[in-house]
Amino acid sequence: MSDFTHGFWPIYISVITLVSIVGTWIFLKTHTTRRLAPGEKPELIEHTWDEDLQDFNNPLPRWWLGLFYGTLVFALAYLVLWPGLGNFQGLLKWTQLGEYEAEVKAAEAKFQPVYARFMQQDIATVAANDEARAIGHNLFLTYCSQCHGSDAAGARGYPNLTDHDWLYGGDPDTIKATIADGRSGVMPALGDALGADGTKAVAHYVLSLSGRQHDAALAAVGKPKFEENCAACHMPDGTGMQAMGAPNLTDKVWLYGGSEAAIIESIAKGRNGVMPGMAQTLGTTSNKDAKLHLLAAYVYGLSQRKQ
Amino acid sequence: MEATTYNYKVVRQFAIMTVVWGIVGMLVGVILAAQLIWPDITFGIEWLSYGRLRPLHTNAVIFAFGGSALFAVSYYIVQRTCQVRLWAEKLAAFTFWGWTTVIVLAAITLPLGYTSTKEYAELEWPIDILITLVWVAYALVFFGTIVKRKTKHIYVSNWFFGAYILTIALLHIVNNLEIPVTLTKSYSLYSGVQDAMVQWWYGHNAVGFFLTTAFLGMMYYFVPKQAGRPIYSYRLSVVHFWSLNFIYMWAGPHHLQYTALPDWAQSLGMVFSLMLLAPSWGGMMNGIMTLSGAWHKLRTDPILKFLVTALSFYGMSTFEGPMMSIKTVNALSHYTEWTIGHVHSGALGWVAMITIGSMYYLIPRLFGREQMYSTRLIEWHFWWSTIGVVLYIASMWIAGVAQGLMWRAANADGTLTYSFAQVLNTMYPFYGIRLAGGALFFSGMLLMAYNVWKTVRMGRVVNDAPIPQAVHA
Repeated sequence: MSDFTHGFWPIYISVITLVSIVGTWIFLKTHTTRRLAPGEKPELIEHTWDEDLQDFNNPLPRWWLGLFYGTLVFALAYLVLWPGLGNFQGLLKWTQLGEYEAEVKAAEAKFQPVYARFMQQDIATVAANDEARAIGHNLFLTYCSQCHGSDAAGARGYPNLTDHDWLYGGDPDTIKATIADGRSGVMPALGDALGADGTKAVAHYVLSLSGRQHDAALAAVGKPKFEENCAACHMPDGTGMQAMGAPNLTDKVWLYGGSEAAIIESIAKGRNGVMPGMAQTLGTTSNKDAKLHLLAAYVYGLSQRKQ
Repeated sequence: MEATTYNYKVVRQFAIMTVVWGIVGMLVGVILAAQLIWPDITFGIEWLSYGRLRPLHTNAVIFAFGGSALFAVSYYIVQRTCQVRLWAEKLAAFTFWGWTTVIVLAAITLPLGYTSTKEYAELEWPIDILITLVWVAYALVFFGTIVKRKTKHIYVSNWFFGAYILTIALLHIVNNLEIPVTLTKSYSLYSGVQDAMVQWWYGHNAVGFFLTTAFLGMMYYFVPKQAGRPIYSYRLSVVHFWSLNFIYMWAGPHHLQYTALPDWAQSLGMVFSLMLLAPSWGGMMNGIMTLSGAWHKLRTDPILKFLVTALSFYGMSTFEGPMMSIKTVNALSHYTEWTIGHVHSGALGWVAMITIGSMYYLIPRLFGREQMYSTRLIEWHFWWSTIGVVLYIASMWIAGVAQGLMWRAANADGTLTYSFAQVLNTMYPFYGIRLAGGALFFSGMLLMAYNVWKTVRMGRVVNDAPIPQAVHA
């Protein structure tokens, strides 16, 4: 498709470009004077400004002119070979898109064999393969380490992938789905509904679920409120629900912190955990499915190794 | 009655503010360099966060430091080379107070986060309008003075100042066409790749006309003055003036190589950038060759050292720029620290050093003294600056090339060899060297401030510099 909205513009571009280059050439030519003879002094022009400012009138240095003409010749040659003069593609028919597509094609041809055999194996098998793990590790560092850390141990708000606690499930297919399509872990804000005292009471009940230090009287007040407001996702016994990504509150894993203050903040303001879908990010080549496969296997293997 | 003295007041005001804004702008730069090593060094205060301070740094060094210097020297030079007092002095006074207001507003609004998001044009629309008014007043004063000149011919510095004043007006207005939605928010009139192209047409020519053409004007006065020699070649001045200004205008697309910009525009940006090499070097040669017959002065005169070193850095960065515009080189250099190194070899090596040298010539004359309070301190300043720039640009070259190569390195299985964090980790030693270089350059500005302070204290304000009655041919 043409870059131009009207046939006039490519002509306009071409003419103005060529006139500029050729015009510069003529301008240089007409301002070139003869070289000074050996020992000849340059002319000192008669003007004087501000008491003592004057000009010699040395001819243009020859090496400098050569440099200038050289760039003009280069420009013309480049514009014959590469696109530049409006719609004229250049003799080499080079395009930026073409260069990109050629590189993608070459990469596909080169790396397809590396990936092909892993695609025929299931994730558990791939996870046990050292070569696949090395590839997976590199992919993880490129695509995942920004949030989950280079060691995959996560950080506050970013799940640890090396333990056995899974928000959405740790079986191979679920991990693959999580990577491909992402996850949106939304906990609604309940501060207004519960009030300050109610929020604190529920927080103490939540603390009691995992056996952390808590105020038993407050927890007793919080229990019915938990059943009313929280149990739908976190289940009545607080063990969570993987279908919704609702965390298990009875274990020792705390995504956003397990202190009283952190739990109160989670209840009052809610949480919005977002894992971006990587299906697009992994690329557009035919290798993207293999990359997903290897990445899922690597993440699956992270928790399997410790068992 | 016709004026018999030059207007030094507005020159003096801008000259002093040049030193002040130089210190402010470079201090912010040093803080930014430190933030890249210790991100929490400003205690997480949002107004001092990297994203807010960065535009403050660029605006302060380019438009506050560089801008004040250009106002000062252009007003000084145009009067003295036209042998006539400034035309429309009230307008000239307005340019000082107006420009200073713009800078203060920038220093307030940018940390508060008000930005139109265009690089080097971040200021919001009400400030853009004030800039336009100041600039029109500047043009009237400058060209008004040229018109009523006593000398027959227009001195070469004034060609360069004239070109810069006209072009900056055009660039500023076209790039900042925007639709205001509130007092502090506007949206660009352009969108998508057109917006990007207009922005870099502006951005590159801000470098071209603000930081190159205008400072060449400065060079063409202070180098022959300080060297006491005639300019090497009038003919070369003419040829490189026209070719530089003509060709610069085309080079903007090289900022958008390998983007959504159409292929043909990328190519034109590249070939015209290469054609820019010789015109750029014309200025360097004309400056350096002016010293023939006066080379011995370099040994004892630190002001001349500043001016000549500035020309050397100018030559180096105007060689580097065209090379970086070549598509294949750009594919490696773009988005890396190399670009930062390139910018600073121009900004510190050329712009700041030619300005510092010129100010050391100018300031004593504005305060009735033959020379600065201490020549020895100028010598120290020169060495601190030179070592500072070299540390800065050498570290950024190495860091940039390493960064570019690490980004593209791939394993036999097609995966990337280095993660983002690994590349960043490699940068730290170079960030440290850059910080040291920047801090050294900044410290030199403090030496200058002390030297200027002592000079001002010992001198007297000059408001009676006589205009010679005899007019040269």
